[in-house]
Amino acid sequence: MRLLAALDRAAEEAGALARLGARAAAGLFTPPFDFRAGIEQMDQIGVRSLGVAGITTVFTGMVMALQTAYSLPGLGVKYYIGTVVSKSLVRELAPVLVALIVGGRIGSGMTAELGTMKVTEQIDALRSMAADPVKKLVVPKLAATLVMLPALTLLGDLLGILGGLLIAVFQLDLTAAFYANDVISSLTLEDVVSGVGKSFFFAFFITVVGCHNGLTAEGGADGVGRATTNTVVLASILILVSDFFLTKLFYLVG
Amino acid sequence: MSALYSVRGLVKRYGVKSVLEGIDFDLARGECLVVLGRSGTGKSVTLRHLIGLEQPTSGSILFESLEIVGRSERELQPVRRRVAMLFQGGALFDSMTVFDNLAFPFREHRVCPEAELAGRIAALLDKVHLPGTERRMPADLSGGMKKRVALARALALEPEVLLFDEPTTGLDPMTSASIASLILATQRSTGAAALVVTHDIALARRVADRIAFLDQGRFRFLGTFEEAEAAPDPLLADFLAGREEADDVA
Ligand SMILES: Nc1ncnc2c1ncn2[C@@H]1O[C@H](COP(=O)(O)OP(=O)(O)OP(=O)(O)O)[C@@H](O)[C@H]1O
Ligand SMILES: [Mg+2]
Repeated sequence: MRLLAALDRAAEEAGALARLGARAAAGLFTPPFDFRAGIEQMDQIGVRSLGVAGITTVFTGMVMALQTAYSLPGLGVKYYIGTVVSKSLVRELAPVLVALIVGGRIGSGMTAELGTMKVTEQIDALRSMAADPVKKLVVPKLAATLVMLPALTLLGDLLGILGGLLIAVFQLDLTAAFYANDVISSLTLEDVVSGVGKSFFFAFFITVVGCHNGLTAEGGADGVGRATTNTVVLASILILVSDFFLTKLFYLVG
Repeated sequence: MSALYSVRGLVKRYGVKSVLEGIDFDLARGECLVVLGRSGTGKSVTLRHLIGLEQPTSGSILFESLEIVGRSERELQPVRRRVAMLFQGGALFDSMTVFDNLAFPFREHRVCPEAELAGRIAALLDKVHLPGTERRMPADLSGGMKKRVALARALALEPEVLLFDEPTTGLDPMTSASIASLILATQRSTGAAALVVTHDIALARRVADRIAFLDQGRFRFLGTFEEAEAAPDPLLADFLAGREEADDVA
């Protein structure tokens, strides 16, 4: 019976997430548009995540290059380092890692902000003045995340490939031109589209989970804290699980 | 004349916890009804129902002839435009200055051009005795100042109904008295009806046309202040006199 109740609650939660997602998505296309709020959010979400996104992907590119070269020595694999690093980064690692790291940061930030507004009745105050919290608060965040997460992913692609280059040149004695040539000849537009395409979905999940948990927070500062943790966990799971299905999808259409 | 608000059989339970057990009252145009009651009896919950912030377990709330219970957020918007709520904690937007907080209702409903805002907001701040505080952030205001800014925000659009949750809590006696005058003056000039929740008996005495005493989920008493003072109800008498809770009241 406990299991049934838990399943019931999970289904209800999923329904609420889907409803919020639908309303926020519709809000993206319904005027009036609050550009100022959108830009502000882009600054908060994107610009302030540059550092973490950069560090994560540079080091991932470096580790990828090292691991590939050291785990398959003697097979001449190092001559394909550019291919291995760029393909795996662009298709998989950059979108997922950037989403996990940046998503944890911005998703929990959204929950903390909206949750605090909820428990101090600021959300109710918005409603009481006939304003729509989804349109006012969620839509600008969604718009900003849909722009910034793919942008950060693209930047991560670039930085990760640069990280691989560092290792190729300073550890594996390849020339920069050789590595670059390898990357350019192997990387296709589909790889980039598939990777960046995923990050749009991740951006959507992060925002909807972060905002939903904030808007439904209860029980004071304590409740907001719990909701924030929940956002990190749920957003991460959604990113990893949906990544599997999106990978399948993009191989089908790509 | 028909009532502005007509509430019947309002019941609200949170899970197994029962808060309201059948509230009935009418609020006439221009009337001021003061709701008294001990802490935690459901006064704030009652107010929240009146603009659809909560859905009751059962019961009916008519605003003019519109049933509020069961309405969607969108359907409630016309009602919310005419009814203003002062929240118990003020509920100012933390991320905005006092000016932007007060500008919010004007901007949201495109009441006036941006150039007129400064004048209107200065007038509102004068009303609550806080001139010149436009640029401050809510976090930098004292509790009583926040309450007054919130009060100014509630008065911004000259609403037809004022729902005030403890407008004088946290204020000194002189400021409280001026809030009472403000409520009376607003009602006189705009003809607004008011529903005021308070623990401030002096305020109740000054502004109330009728008072309601909420106890155990029901209005135990509903009538004028004079009737309340004459009522043969020991609990109500103790409450009005501010006497300590006796063990045997029920
Ligand atoms: N969302 C909620 N979930 C569960 N219980 C709630 C909720 N909101 C209010 N309550 C309960 O309803 C009761 C009435 O709360 P309410 O805030 O209306 O009291 P009040 O009469 O305004 O008290 P006070 O004078 O202290 O402000 C309280 O016992 C409170 O715990
Ligand atoms: Mg209260």
